[in-house]
Amino acid sequence: MAPLLLFLAVTYLWPFLGVVKWSFTLPEPGLGQYGALITDPLVQSVFIRTLRICIVVTIASVIAAYAITVVWVRGTPAQRMAAEFCILIPFWISVLTRAFGWVALLSNRGLINTWLQGIGFISEPLALVRNEFGVIVGMTHFLVPFAVFPLASAMRNLDDRVLLAARGLGSSRTRTFWTIFVPMTASGIIGAAAIVFVFALGFFVTPAILGGGRSVMVAELVWLRIFQSPDWGLGAAISVVLVLFVGALMAVLFRYVRPRQLI
Amino acid sequence: MPTYRPGPVSLIAATLVALFLLMPLLAVVPVSFTPSRMLAMPSGELSLRHYRALIEDPKWIGGILLSIRIGIVSSVFSTVLALCFSLGVWMFQPRFTALLVGFVLLPMVVPPVVSAITLYFLLTSLSNVIPWLGYDTWLGVAMAHSVMTVPFATVLILVALSQVDRRIDLAARGLGASTWERATQIIIPNIKFGIMTAALLSFVLSWEEIGVTLFITSVDAITLPRLMWMGLRDNIDPAIAAISVILILVTATVLVLRRLRWPGSRAESGNG
Repeated sequence: MAPLLLFLAVTYLWPFLGVVKWSFTLPEPGLGQYGALITDPLVQSVFIRTLRICIVVTIASVIAAYAITVVWVRGTPAQRMAAEFCILIPFWISVLTRAFGWVALLSNRGLINTWLQGIGFISEPLALVRNEFGVIVGMTHFLVPFAVFPLASAMRNLDDRVLLAARGLGSSRTRTFWTIFVPMTASGIIGAAAIVFVFALGFFVTPAILGGGRSVMVAELVWLRIFQSPDWGLGAAISVVLVLFVGALMAVLFRYVRPRQLI
Repeated sequence: MPTYRPGPVSLIAATLVALFLLMPLLAVVPVSFTPSRMLAMPSGELSLRHYRALIEDPKWIGGILLSIRIGIVSSVFSTVLALCFSLGVWMFQPRFTALLVGFVLLPMVVPPVVSAITLYFLLTSLSNVIPWLGYDTWLGVAMAHSVMTVPFATVLILVALSQVDRRIDLAARGLGASTWERATQIIIPNIKFGIMTAALLSFVLSWEEIGVTLFITSVDAITLPRLMWMGLRDNIDPAIAAISVILILVTATVLVLRRLRWPGSRAESGNG
């Protein structure tokens, strides 16, 4: 037991405190970097864009995940098997491969533009990637499987007889779904949304590739401040704020949902 | 077995989502056969030149071998650490268990970019003291990957332990087994499968790790994902399509085989 605690204390806790120190001491001691976070228009626009993208991605991922989880949990055995592969194969494939797949589909000389131009539907390629649209599509694709697991656990715990009773009493399929099925899986929806939102906040690879440097998100800004135009203090300060924000979100979440329900 | 089945609307919606999930994976297939040196759809003739580049170009072979080496070292290391920790928690049930476990799980919950800058700080500091474990060394990368994978390994082993019957351990204890004997002869054989899954997941996570790796390598320790990243950022190299197709095929085959061998097993190992 002790070796792991010691290992993480040395390799994680100590350097994190070092990063916190950076945020207060680079380039000069004081709260200057945190002041910059509030006043710098570039940093602000990045924060606002990150929040906007995260909210859109969360909504899109949870809806998409809900649709496929219904079939994964409640379909016929063949349907369940098909849904399971569609969820798990992307889940196990690296984020780079998946981002690259979207580049191959969406770029100017990619599948969609080549095809649309081929049938004469458009003359100029559509700008589908290297902008916010591409980032949202790629992130949603990455996060759908993560939203599936909490939703699936909520749907498995739902008592079938309630649904059958509603149908037996003459409720339509649509009405049963919206007034019984969805409200009874609300805990799964909240859990899924929270997981997706927290993951999306710290996202780095997909925005960097599909955003093409034009729609920079918070995590990419940290990278830029460390390696491209060095301002380690600012990068460190953003990281500290990010941790505090995620911590606060989780604290709020755990007041409503028990951690067990998320897996 | 639920008897309430999804209706036609649900099935259509799910099919659309399934298409969305599979589309980018299918899109890389035609690109990988393009004869062009740039990213483009093949028009007319097909070519295997990008697959040949993977075999002939030493940088791809080097990246693959390095990723395998880092994956094995970090997977063994993080599985051993996770096993010791979990056994300690399970056998001695110390006070503040929840707090200790929470601490261990931190690298899993904290946004990856924060872990990345943290490990960047660690390795650049280490560079001055122990050069072979510092920034841009393969051992440094393996250590950083261990930090990132150890929470997942711990979760899997703790889950496996939670299913062990405590009475077996009590019986062994009553018969005079030492702590070491209890751990190695009673408990570990009972969670073999969980330990193997933990090692496998650690390896896979290290194999495809990119967020942290980007921060802690520059020219020497170029893993496969790092190589793919470079090819994606600058001029998009269709060799990435070829390696992607291979990775997708391997993943799909493993999942299908696993499903055929253990038809009952769910995605329990997948969500960590």
